[in-house]
Amino acid sequence: MAFPVEVVLFCLLLITAVVIARLRDLFAAAMLTGMFSLLSAALFTLMDAVDVAFTEAAVGAGISTVLILGALSMTAQTERQQRVRLLPFLVVFGTGAALVFGTADMPFYGDPAAPIHNDVYREFIRGTAETFHIPNVVTAVLGSYRGYDTLGETTVIFTATVGVMLLLTGRRRRRTAGSDEETS
Amino acid sequence: MSTPPPERGRMRMREKSILRVVSQLFIPFILLFALYVQFHGDFGPGGGFQAGVIFAAGIVLYSLIFGLDTAVEAVSPRVIEYLVAFGVLLYAGTGIANLALGGNFLDYKTLSHHDPTHGLHYGLLAIEAGVGITVTAAMTMIFFCFAGRGRS
Repeated sequence: MAFPVEVVLFCLLLITAVVIARLRDLFAAAMLTGMFSLLSAALFTLMDAVDVAFTEAAVGAGISTVLILGALSMTAQTERQQRVRLLPFLVVFGTGAALVFGTADMPFYGDPAAPIHNDVYREFIRGTAETFHIPNVVTAVLGSYRGYDTLGETTVIFTATVGVMLLLTGRRRRRTAGSDEETS
Repeated sequence: MSTPPPERGRMRMREKSILRVVSQLFIPFILLFALYVQFHGDFGPGGGFQAGVIFAAGIVLYSLIFGLDTAVEAVSPRVIEYLVAFGVLLYAGTGIANLALGGNFLDYKTLSHHDPTHGLHYGLLAIEAGVGITVTAAMTMIFFCFAGRGRS
């Protein structure tokens, strides 16, 4: 293969994923999820997507792992043994097969004729240098060329936080209200 | 999660001196690095989102080691609640300021009278600050909600 490091990383990703699926110890599984993100971040770095790698390392390996551990502290340490059910397995297998089938249409890694290498990207790189006078094209694209999208994304984060706050703190309030009724 | 049940025979994290000393040493640098990522986003990888997550990670580490109650004293959830909305408002407000100055929504060039490039830089700085504030506050708030929920 032409890219041995990528192949090694992809193999490690695959092994980690299979181990996570098979592990009964949820704490170890949570830690391995963090490792999975770190490996993905390494892959993104190799693909020159440094900003994506940065995000993956900070969110996937950092915050998500902590939130999973937080959820874990409210539940059991090990997964309950249950028999393999056929329908969920088939659904997951079917979805996975469809995704793999879909990759057949994608351009090869590093293919110069790939759709992302058409004239649009040259326009962004030239425009960032000439209009913005800053080196990071990603910042210019995220902040200005598609500033509306980023505003939408920030609003999504805001909405998600409001949702989490309503779900988690609202429930506690309801529980205390319920216990009040029991005591009275 | 900040206070593991004592029946498991585990020490609280605050009593483990290596964890405490190392995290005390690291947290200021994590927060400083977040600010670097925030304001250096134009020149290197990173930007508001990454900076916000790193800043929140510093706060989360603090509350993991020193307990949720200590963290809540340092970072008031009330203020965090407002900051979640403030970041979005700062972003949208930049766009409205552009409208008021006679440009299109989020047309940063209008922010400077002298040089449109400076206007672009101010605009990017403002919206990245908005994203950073919202992401920091959102991640911290979600963690506080999760960590505070397991307690009776």
